[in-house]
Amino acid sequence: MGGGVPREKSLGQPRMEEERKGAMRVETQAVAAAPGKRREQRDSVVIRFAGDSGDGMQLTGMQFTTESALAGNDIGTLPDFPAEIRAPAGTLAGVSGFQLNFSSLEVYTPGDSPDVLVAMNPAALKVNIGDLKPGGILLADRDGFDAGNLKKAGYAGNPLEDGSLGQVQVFVVDMTGMTLKVLEDLKLSNKVASRCKNFFALGVCSWLYSRPIETTLKWIQDKFKKTPELVEANARVLKAGYHFGETTEMFAVQYEVKPARISPGTYRNVTGNTALSLGLLAAANKAGLPLFLGSYPITPASDILHELAQYKNFGVYTFQAEDEIAGVCSALGASFGGVIGVTTSSGPGIALKQEAINLAVMVELPLVICNIQRGGPSTGLPTKTEQADLYQAVFGRNSDSPLPVLAAATPTDCFTTAYEAVRIAIKYMTPVILLSDGYLANGAEPWSIPRFEELPAIPVHFRTEAEGFFPYLRDPETLARPWVKPGTPGLEHRIGGIEKEDVTGNISYSPANHELMTHARAQKLAAVAQDIPPTSIRGDHAGDLLVVGWGSTYGSIAAAVDEVRARGKRVSQIHLRYLNPLPPDLGGILRRFKTVLVPEMNMGQLLTILRAMYLVDAVGLNKIQGQPFKISEIAGRILRLLEG
Amino acid sequence: MSDAAVATAAPKLTRKDFVSDQDVRWCPGCGDYSILAQVQKVMPELGLSREKFVFISGIGCSSRFPYYMNTYGFHSIHGRAAAVASGLKISRPDLSVWVVTGDGDGLSIGGNHLIHALRRNVGLKILLFNNRIYGLTKGQYSPTSELGKVTKSTPAGSVDYPFNPIAVAMGVDATFVARGVDVEAKLLQDLLRRAYEHPGGTFIEILQNCNIFNDGVWETLTDKATKADTVLLLEHGKPLIFGKNRDKGIKLGSDSRLQVVTLGNGTQEGDILVHDETNRPLAYMLAHLETPTPIGVFHATIRPTYEEAMSKQLEAARQKLGPGDVNALFKRGETWVVR
Repeated sequence: MGGGVPREKSLGQPRMEEERKGAMRVETQAVAAAPGKRREQRDSVVIRFAGDSGDGMQLTGMQFTTESALAGNDIGTLPDFPAEIRAPAGTLAGVSGFQLNFSSLEVYTPGDSPDVLVAMNPAALKVNIGDLKPGGILLADRDGFDAGNLKKAGYAGNPLEDGSLGQVQVFVVDMTGMTLKVLEDLKLSNKVASRCKNFFALGVCSWLYSRPIETTLKWIQDKFKKTPELVEANARVLKAGYHFGETTEMFAVQYEVKPARISPGTYRNVTGNTALSLGLLAAANKAGLPLFLGSYPITPASDILHELAQYKNFGVYTFQAEDEIAGVCSALGASFGGVIGVTTSSGPGIALKQEAINLAVMVELPLVICNIQRGGPSTGLPTKTEQADLYQAVFGRNSDSPLPVLAAATPTDCFTTAYEAVRIAIKYMTPVILLSDGYLANGAEPWSIPRFEELPAIPVHFRTEAEGFFPYLRDPETLARPWVKPGTPGLEHRIGGIEKEDVTGNISYSPANHELMTHARAQKLAAVAQDIPPTSIRGDHAGDLLVVGWGSTYGSIAAAVDEVRARGKRVSQIHLRYLNPLPPDLGGILRRFKTVLVPEMNMGQLLTILRAMYLVDAVGLNKIQGQPFKISEIAGRILRLLEG
Repeated sequence: MSDAAVATAAPKLTRKDFVSDQDVRWCPGCGDYSILAQVQKVMPELGLSREKFVFISGIGCSSRFPYYMNTYGFHSIHGRAAAVASGLKISRPDLSVWVVTGDGDGLSIGGNHLIHALRRNVGLKILLFNNRIYGLTKGQYSPTSELGKVTKSTPAGSVDYPFNPIAVAMGVDATFVARGVDVEAKLLQDLLRRAYEHPGGTFIEILQNCNIFNDGVWETLTDKATKADTVLLLEHGKPLIFGKNRDKGIKLGSDSRLQVVTLGNGTQEGDILVHDETNRPLAYMLAHLETPTPIGVFHATIRPTYEEAMSKQLEAARQKLGPGDVNALFKRGETWVVR
């Protein structure tokens, strides 16, 4: 997913072919071929690390990701962890997984199904084996498959030995045993020593796919610098795993995945939540305003609070409020004071915030509300992903309460969309809802690091002139009312949730005025629509089928559309960042295609809106499993629709 | 930082400068009028420019207050004034931020925000108008209504044990806790000045009459015929003496409980407790004294404010790391270059 999607590149005009041609050289370390082994090339590999939630699988996956990024691959990742912090060890509920797709081609998703499964115990095997591709590689830790763990996972016999796994290449390695052996002389407790075994697995995989391990060695140095014995232990085990791969006769083949052709630039890996935090921060800095985050911890949004709490020297205030309502209210209070207020949450928290969001609609102050969606309803599936809060964002407040709603498409797009949300909030003096989800929040991809100086300007004007001032005197173009910092002499005024008289902002119960102000709030949204750039179409501008998506389904849809286009099908894709208001050119685009397909991780929310707005007979593809779409699911649906 | 400390040399202001152009719409005879008058009298005397004052309210009769003050104002949503005001005060410590709330707004729907704002010691000046009834919704019992209270929603009498607002504030370690009365103009003015000067969050419960739905609720405390015997004025450093003839006082009994005693018959003034605002345990006990009802400052202590502590953290980060460099932050962690 290199370079940030929808970088103009991917969502742009049908330019995707040329773009791949711009050959790039990646600075990376060459890895010597191991003696006595055959080396085979692969375009793409999907690997999943799975183990007990205490086994360090997230860490292993992230380190393998960094190694792959430095090896020049394009990548996409998906962590999958249980809601319980520490479910009982060895149980199915406690299985934690991390999937990585690394490729010499452009990567859109973390991959449908893994080519390689690393299973540290029977529960991890049981939960994940069904996803492994036929003929795929299973790398298992023999020691994890003891009688107790087999029983906890509900296996009668040992699946590694009884031939029940079918068409899978099974490699059983004594990872824990070898780890303990390598650390024998360090006098670590057995428990501490055996916890290093994830680095053995990482070492083996690093060798198997010709990844450089220097970066992980350096990372170990930094991470454990306060406990030198753990630096030594983890580094030793990592190297041991790597050397085991090299010397064992078990592996006859070492694989290589060449660097991808990625647009030039400086890159780093970011998760969606990190990118979103950076986008908010960059926008506030561009606007020259302090940022105030009022938030209450909730999965999967909390990492934004953690991230922004580190940026105090940038003038970022983070306030962990007593509840969700106080989170948004404090942010709105800060906006009233002339800073940019932000609140972050997930669906259940947004439900609590809606009354205050509606107040922001009424008092017309800038405010950014980030909803990192998760599976619902109610507590639902806190650690799983879903995009089912679109109705909530667009329609979920009492009365006619319009506000802009934006959605991020990929982890790196969280940066761009967050930046845009702040820009719109300030320019139009309005609350803006930004939708991300658990899949984007925790998924990572390489981010082409922008230059701060090149980001779009965000002009801010605080009114200081008392002459002719009225709290609701609107800018004729944006319909924004003036933003006045308390403390400005001569502009003392009152705002509030009671209906305001046009211009003066005084309380007004006049029927005609209420209708006028309701229209004014709607017209402000129409003004935002004029600010939306032309919708990019991937593929032809007319054809047999158009796939319309929003949010985190971008990658799966893009890959699926590429796949069917490669078969000569007249299929195109648009992916909506602006969900309210919708892009002004959308209706025209929809009419140029015979069929419109809307894949969503909900029961058809955008579908309903499109049908209502444009009277288009669009069809849905709906998946509500707490898991992203597989490319094959979307491609399959497209092909079936084309067959009629 | 106390709001007094941020006062700048302001031009001489008068009450009129704080009166907005809006018609006051409380019911004629409402206790809120007196409170508004005392606030408008005291504000110009504080030495702070008018534009530095912000009044924030929730929903309810009392929450109309900001519209009548010619300062910055925000009439927010039910119960949330303290939360809105916290965000403002934390990011704008230069402002003098006042919260106006009621027994329903502040203790029922907004109870959570009230207690957290007080325990954090956010420098908000909170005025809670307590009339023991829901006025704006026309007469249901409130969380301060007495047990057995007959209202529209409790025709058989309330079975809902009430809050004691002073005890709530003491219970969450508020740094300034006081009680005033709508019609006790001078006391209220003193309390408002004290609140303004207090470096930190303040809580003033103002006993207020709702002459429509709960008329006479505080009558025994305000009636000239009875109040000398029913009210105890708390004055720092002075003995806790009350009564028409100044012959009654509060003593700490041998059972460690407060006792109401009559002077004479072997009880001398030296036996009477002397009020000490910094004595937290004494304030706890006084908070639960019902007859006589204490008014004045129960407790005042100094603790760093939330906004001060946060500003210090931001400043320390700037000192240590320098002003934020966005480009450097973008490149934090492992990066690689594609040519």
